[in-house]
Amino acid sequence: MGKTLAEKILSQKLGRDVSAGEIVVSPVDLAFVQDTTGPLTVREYQASGFGAIADKRRSVLFLDHAAPSPNAQLSTDHLLLRSFARDTGCVISDVGAGVCHQIVAESMARPGDIVVGADSHTVTAGAMGAFATGMGSSDVAVAFALGKTWFRVPETIKIEVKNKFQQFVTAKDLILHVIGMIGADGATYKALEFGGKTVESMSMSGRLTIANMAVEAGAKIGVFPSDQTTEKMLREMGRAEQYRSISPDKDAVYERVIEIDASELEPTVSRPHTVDNTVLAKDLKGVRIHQVFLGTCTNGRLEDFALAASILRNKKISPDTRLVVAPASKRVLLQAMDAGYMRIFIEAGGMILPPGCGACLGVHQGVLGDGEACLSTANRNFKGRMGNPNSFVYLGSPATAAATALTGMVTDPREVL
Amino acid sequence: MLKGKAFKFGDDISTDLIVPGRLVHLRSNLPELAKHVLEDADPTFAARVKPGDFVVGGNNFGLGSSREHAPIVIKMAGVSAVLAKSFARIFFRNAINRGLPVLICDTDQIKEGDELEVDMEAGIVHDVTNDVNLTFKPIPKAMLAILDEGGLIPYIQKYGDFKIE
Ligand code: SF4
Repeated sequence: MGKTLAEKILSQKLGRDVSAGEIVVSPVDLAFVQDTTGPLTVREYQASGFGAIADKRRSVLFLDHAAPSPNAQLSTDHLLLRSFARDTGCVISDVGAGVCHQIVAESMARPGDIVVGADSHTVTAGAMGAFATGMGSSDVAVAFALGKTWFRVPETIKIEVKNKFQQFVTAKDLILHVIGMIGADGATYKALEFGGKTVESMSMSGRLTIANMAVEAGAKIGVFPSDQTTEKMLREMGRAEQYRSISPDKDAVYERVIEIDASELEPTVSRPHTVDNTVLAKDLKGVRIHQVFLGTCTNGRLEDFALAASILRNKKISPDTRLVVAPASKRVLLQAMDAGYMRIFIEAGGMILPPGCGACLGVHQGVLGDGEACLSTANRNFKGRMGNPNSFVYLGSPATAAATALTGMVTDPREVL
Repeated sequence: MLKGKAFKFGDDISTDLIVPGRLVHLRSNLPELAKHVLEDADPTFAARVKPGDFVVGGNNFGLGSSREHAPIVIKMAGVSAVLAKSFARIFFRNAINRGLPVLICDTDQIKEGDELEVDMEAGIVHDVTNDVNLTFKPIPKAMLAILDEGGLIPYIQKYGDFKIE
């Protein structure tokens, strides 16, 4: 029987055929925590008397959610993670380096890897053909200690995409559309596998955006086959030798196949307070937006900034809104500076945060006031997400974000041309 | 037998509603964090809940982040089990990893304030107030073994490895 990508990756890792529904114990190729989940992992690890880390070069602590830290408690959490890294030899990615998922994509994940992270958006690395999933702090503590974890091999929903996107319609609009269609629990416990001509010609940046949001439909993984685009990205990162081709079998068995015509999609927005509460941007005309947030592990990459900059070049944002920009990594920041995008954002009236999660999770750097609304390029708009339960978060693409910054209202980017 | 009162919540109770990101600085101070359990869903919950009580949700309970602090603070509040029509994947796994029972049943039949008795062995929720019996889906065997040890860390400490294949 043919295998889905999820079955294939796990079968290759385990050296035997596994199929959906089976419970397996699998080696882990990369395990990580970040600064809001890591302190618990570290304390669990220390208290439980686990010995040495199984593979310290592939066990990573990221300081990204509070980077730099806004208060004493979080700074002290950072100290704990740094000293754990020093004592155990684990890798630390300190404040200023960027968001864990972006750095995992840039320099750690490989096609065919099993990746577990104490962060729900660990699914992002699925864009590179990895089986990557989010877990809690205890699960990752055990992965650090044993170098393995357990999974139920997931059933797969295949998303088959054909035709070309219209101008200013992006991978973000596609995944928001999919989540709106299947619902926030439409893929719970399952794998979302992406394929089809549109996906084959999609950039790695777009794939990362889509894989990142698989968890917003409840999925365990969001996964893409690896191909020349994956290979090119690895080569750019100086990791060409890590490329492996991974694709599903032609006769793979899917629970369901959903076909999407990319040419029919339009700029899409999730309304507060759930990601599946989607609507077309053009249908939200007149909705006031007080802050636009461009960044995060979903859309804080160079390609996202290029798109937003193409809309904001030589323009000024609305005086009634703020534009907050956070590059997903130091590499993105440097490249965006070289390309002139940061100047465009600042001259348009925006401000730049250090690489990291920034305003995304409501800790600092862009917390909303009572009754305020933000249009964010992030992945999540739950009540309270941006630090205030009395505020509202809309999700959209970098193009929609840039257009919205210009008008101070939710705006379809095709209308500001 | 677990006994207590039902605290009813709706669909899509996110981990942000259970332990909001704005309180992330309290995560290394769990007793303080636990005072805010479910605050953004029901600000009165923390003050009213008693040891043994149940959190009863609708669909997709616990969606969102991987923060294990969500089941931790629910358990610290004395809640003996969370009942819902469905759970988000990571929350479900985290709850089991913390030794907090998570039971899938038709919670539409349970009302706020109902007295509940849960028989874990028999797989039955008895709503004493309504006198209805609901069955809950058996917890998968691999996870039940972890729950029985009180969570993942004690389980690994005991067996030194996963014993679930
Ligand atoms: S950018 Fe936002 S969604 Fe991504 S890891 Fe950071 S807090 Fe989470």
